[in-house]
Amino acid sequence: MQKITLPITDDVIRELRVGDSVSLTGVMITGRDAVHKWMIDTFVQKSRKPEGDDEMVYEALVPILDGGAIYHCGPVVAGLDTGDYSFVAAGPTTSIREEPYQGDVMRHFNLKAVIGKGGMGPKTLEACNEVPGVYLHAIGGAASLIAQSVQQVRAVHKLDFGVPEAIWVIEVKDFPAVVTMDSHSSSVHVEVETHSKAQLDKLLAS
Amino acid sequence: MPDLTQAFLELIRLTSTDLSPDVESSLRRAREQEASGSAAQSALDTILENVALARQNSTPICQDTGTPIFYVQHPPGWSTSKLTEQIRAAVAEATKRTYLRPNAVDTVTGKNSGNNLGDPAFPTIHFEETEGEDLLVDLILKGGGCENVGAQYSLPNGRLGAGRDFEGVRKVVLDAVFNAQGKGCAPGVLGVAIGGDRGSSYYASKEALFRKLDDENTDSELSKLEHRLMEDANKLQIGPMGFGGETTVLGVKAKSLHRLPASYFVSVSYMCWAHRRRRMTIHGDETIYE
Repeated sequence: MQKITLPITDDVIRELRVGDSVSLTGVMITGRDAVHKWMIDTFVQKSRKPEGDDEMVYEALVPILDGGAIYHCGPVVAGLDTGDYSFVAAGPTTSIREEPYQGDVMRHFNLKAVIGKGGMGPKTLEACNEVPGVYLHAIGGAASLIAQSVQQVRAVHKLDFGVPEAIWVIEVKDFPAVVTMDSHSSSVHVEVETHSKAQLDKLLAS
Repeated sequence: MPDLTQAFLELIRLTSTDLSPDVESSLRRAREQEASGSAAQSALDTILENVALARQNSTPICQDTGTPIFYVQHPPGWSTSKLTEQIRAAVAEATKRTYLRPNAVDTVTGKNSGNNLGDPAFPTIHFEETEGEDLLVDLILKGGGCENVGAQYSLPNGRLGAGRDFEGVRKVVLDAVFNAQGKGCAPGVLGVAIGGDRGSSYYASKEALFRKLDDENTDSELSKLEHRLMEDANKLQIGPMGFGGETTVLGVKAKSLHRLPASYFVSVSYMCWAHRRRRMTIHGDETIYE
């Protein structure tokens, strides 16, 4: 188990290889479907003009994401009525839906770690090589357990996206994950898919 | 008619936080089958640890508490509109108590209702009038990740060489498992429906998921199909979380429906390892949860 502190340097990223277990400590944000679309439309492709608190939120995110991590997660949160938030359940959501956006988000913010489940595709793998960065796989469904590594909810942005889709700024300690895509173009997901395709072809022929 | 709101609330809490014993046992067996020290075994260890913790703390096993799907079997004389009201009140309360995540998003405005109450189909409630005296309520919480990898095929399927027979069914189901990879939170449980129209077929594939993992299909042909599919799906070696490994599916439950001469649908509902389903029986004054 390799302990990693956020923000992460290029040297640390380049040392990580698929199959490595890591535990993360530091400040990260959650972001999934609505957040990625918002980032790309408003600040990367700029096909939509910033409005409301967009620019303020962007400025707040820039220093966290520089060398930082984004977690594909739509948590269950307590304290919604009081504002004294805490994470109750916080496993990863399926990452592949962010495939059209993720690589560009990594490049734009110098984002080093993408955390989720199910793996991502060639565009993200290419960005992992370039930025450099890694994809970290958390255990899907292990929501109560992972919530325990969330020490504190520091802030929430875009709560109007809904609780699961909001940007939660969280401080984590020993957040557990496995490297399944590294900065050297290796992907566990490509390996498993290739092997299972060969198995499938045999089973279809039998 | 009694007010069952509190009973429904307990059914939701139990379903979200306390995994059924048959599912947990099958995860334990899967753990034993994976190579010692493998990523697959480590994933299953984490899963089992999380299951115990969720039960102990009464917190959701998975943060995606999905679409709550209720199947209600009621004796004659029960008011389905009153039951609907009580279920909806219980769902809103369960959301407030963080047993459920607010999941109902208005597709036109993009707004999350915040309390899991959407249009009449959210939560989903099916009613059926039955003989007998007991009220039976089955609840399944099916998350979006596994719902997204579900698939429906119309046989014959030329790409897969799948004809209109059980051999063809086998081929398309394996294709669905392959396409899902680890994205539906493998190891999953497959609900497979054969026949029907597109709607009834998907509906039946979800109903099949209510069966216990260790039961046998009463139809011997379907039973054989289930065993074969389970064996073959595990040969794909996608493994827990898609990390590679011996266990890709924990169970396969199949159901057949009459079909039109022109149609031969195969629907696959993929349920994640966090197969959250529970039953409540109202028997006189007694409420039984299983």
